[in-house]
Amino acid sequence: MGRIAANQDFLEFAYQLYHTMQANEINLVYEGVVTQEITRTFTALTEKNMVKAEESNQVQRKVFNVMVECLQNISKHADAMSDDENEERRGIVLVSHGEESYNVITGNVVKRSKREGLEKSLQKINSLDKEGLSALYKQQIKEGHISEKGGAGLGFIDIAKKSGNKIDYQFKDLTDDLCFFILITTISRN
Amino acid sequence: MEVINIKGTDDTPSVTMDKDNGVFLIQGRSLPEDVTLFYQPILDWITEYGNQTNDHTDMTFKLEYFNTASSKVLLDVLLKFEEIKNNGSDVTVKWCYREDEEDIKEAGEEYEDIVEVPFEYCECDEDWNIK
Repeated sequence: MGRIAANQDFLEFAYQLYHTMQANEINLVYEGVVTQEITRTFTALTEKNMVKAEESNQVQRKVFNVMVECLQNISKHADAMSDDENEERRGIVLVSHGEESYNVITGNVVKRSKREGLEKSLQKINSLDKEGLSALYKQQIKEGHISEKGGAGLGFIDIAKKSGNKIDYQFKDLTDDLCFFILITTISRN
Repeated sequence: MEVINIKGTDDTPSVTMDKDNGVFLIQGRSLPEDVTLFYQPILDWITEYGNQTNDHTDMTFKLEYFNTASSKVLLDVLLKFEEIKNNGSDVTVKWCYREDEEDIKEAGEEYEDIVEVPFEYCECDEDWNIK
């Protein structure tokens, strides 16, 4: 009896999830390890869906760009829940679209000690217009180095440049040391 | 000099570095997992080429997409050619972009602002034929 009830709960959950996804026009949801393989698969899948939806080439390129940077951010910078540095980098990925825009939403665990730095850099990026972003990009590409993790410190600047919108973000405290970092990028369809 | 001839994949570009035939080309998508691993041999090749350059070098880029880590390494490639130019050799960057892909053109213009090498912009069709 117990198992049947549990199965019933799960079916109910799956059905609710389906409804929520339909209602919010969510094209993709994922929670798990983010690797290069996952990045490749999700971007290809989203590209295919956008071609099918006859989305303009420009919007397709922007969504692709933003997805790659967001996913590579997780695979390079997400922190682990445990102290095991070798634990694989996990996160959530959500892609949705409405009449006016596509949304790329990612979330991952980061150390609370990184929060201030992230907020500062996102606030700075959000304060800049197109020319300001281009200037910051050129400064960073000249002065920056490829880090041990393989990043160039250009991800957020590029996301803001490509999306043409302000980057939305939130931090939710998880433990004394960790928080959950949510990044929302909007790409207008017109 | 030995020839570099790398076939492109979904996340790495095709690369040709051929001194004898005067072909210097990076084409396609660049979002490798490890940019240094992919580009270091190319950077090393250009360093060596700097010691024995042709009279003229056309470095051609036909990029469809590149991630930010690649953009940093592509700047390193361009800086190598700037050095070659500063040593008295004639270098032109041919920056190709497909029609409607203005973001790629703009990326070229940003590089042009940073690097002291003449840029030529070429608008191409879907199959990279120059229009």
